[in-house]
Amino acid sequence: MRYKDYYEILGVPRVASAEAIKQAYRKLARKYHPDVSKEKDATEKFKDVAEAYQTLKDPEKRAAYDQLGQPRAGEQFRPPPDWQARYSDAPFSFEDIDLADLLAGLQGGRFRAGKASAHVPMAGQDYEVSVPISLTDAYHGTQVNLALDLPEYDSHGVARRTPHKFTARIPKGASDGQRLRVPGKGGKGLNGGHDGDLYLNIRLQPHPLYRVTGHDVYLDLPLAPWEAALGASIELPTPDGPVRLKIQPGSSSGRQLRLPGRGLPKPQGGAGDMFAIVQIVTPAKLTEPQRELFKQLAAGSDFQPRAHYQQEVSHASRAH
Amino acid sequence: MRVELTEVHWTDAPQELSLHEFMQRSGLSESELRQLVEAGVLAPLDPETPAWTFGSDCLPLARTAVRLHRDLDLDASGLAVVLTLIERIRELEARLRDLDARLPHEFASF
Repeated sequence: MRYKDYYEILGVPRVASAEAIKQAYRKLARKYHPDVSKEKDATEKFKDVAEAYQTLKDPEKRAAYDQLGQPRAGEQFRPPPDWQARYSDAPFSFEDIDLADLLAGLQGGRFRAGKASAHVPMAGQDYEVSVPISLTDAYHGTQVNLALDLPEYDSHGVARRTPHKFTARIPKGASDGQRLRVPGKGGKGLNGGHDGDLYLNIRLQPHPLYRVTGHDVYLDLPLAPWEAALGASIELPTPDGPVRLKIQPGSSSGRQLRLPGRGLPKPQGGAGDMFAIVQIVTPAKLTEPQRELFKQLAAGSDFQPRAHYQQEVSHASRAH
Repeated sequence: MRVELTEVHWTDAPQELSLHEFMQRSGLSESELRQLVEAGVLAPLDPETPAWTFGSDCLPLARTAVRLHRDLDLDASGLAVVLTLIERIRELEARLRDLDARLPHEFASF
C-alpha cells in the first residue's frame, strides 16, 4: 500500500479537532470541486481532499489511520501485523489495495466485506473521463488508448484497483463537449448486476489556425491591400485539405467568405460551414519604389474611407 | 494485458428511462429526485403521468447534483441555485467561445 498524508492534504495538524477538519475540508472542497472549480488540476486535488476527509471525519477510520504512524507520503508500507487478525477472518494480502478503499470498508472494528457480501444485484458504477482530441481527429475520427484503474471486489469484498486498458474508436464528427458512451466499460456489476458504463467527454484541443464553434470553423484570411482591391485567387488551407478560393475585387476587412459543408462533420451526416474572415494587412516597411506607387495611388484616388464621420458630425452640429 | 478495440455510442439521441432506471444511473434517491423536480432543476418527460420517465440527456446534470450534494453537503434548494448557475455559466462560456471564434485575431508582425 502507498501511504498518503491525509493531515497534510487537508492542511491541519494531527491533533486537529473534528470541527477543524470539517472546516478545512469545506474550504478546500469549495476551491477544488470539479463541478465548480476553474483551478488547474482541480479534479486530482479534490480527489485527494475527499479521500482524506472520508477517513479523518470518521473516528474509527481516523484512529486506524493514526495507528499507521507517519511513513513518508508516497512510500510503500505494510499495515501493522495485528490488522490482519483484527479486521479479517480469512487471511488476505494487503498488496495492491488502495489505502482509501481499505479504510472505506472499515466499520464496527472490521473490514466489511462491503458490497460483495450482500447478495443483491448491484449495478456497476458509471465513470467519466475527459478525452482531448485534435481538430484533424474530429474531422476523420480516431482511436484513443484509455487506461483507468477501476476497483474490483475480491472474495472478501475488499476493492482492489485493477488496471484496465483498451482502445476506443472515436467516430468522426465528435466535437467539443460531446459525450460518448462506452457500454459496460465502467465498474463491474456485482451479483448479476449489469456493468457500469464509461463516458468519454470530448475536448477539442485549440488549433493555431482554426477556431471552432459548434460545427462551424473560422479562419482569418489576411490579404494584401492590392489583393483586396484587385481580387485574387488564393489557396486556402482547410482541415480537410487546401481549396482554391476566388477573392472578389473590392473586399474589405471583416468580410466573411462562407465555404458550405467545409466545417466539422456532424454525427448524423452533413457538416458545418467554414468561414474565412478577410483582414487587410499592410507591409510594415516599404521600399522606395513601393512608397512611390502608393503615393501615386493616394494622389489619384478620391476614395473617402471615413465619409460617414462627416455625416455624423454635421448631424450633431445641426442638433445644437 | 489484452487490448481490445471498443466501439462507442453517441449520446445525442436521448433514451427514455423509467424513474427506477434514472435513479440507478444517476445515483439519486427517490426523495432527492422528487425534490429536484419540485425545485425545477430536473423535469420528467411528461409531468402529468404518475409513472415519471426521464430523458437520459438529464443524466449529466443529475450526476452533478449527486456530487454536489455528497461533497458539499448542499440541500435541495441550495442545489437548485448552484445547478441553475452552473447551467448559465455553461451557456455563457459557449457564447464566449462562439464570439471568440468569429472575432478576427491579432497577427504577428509581417
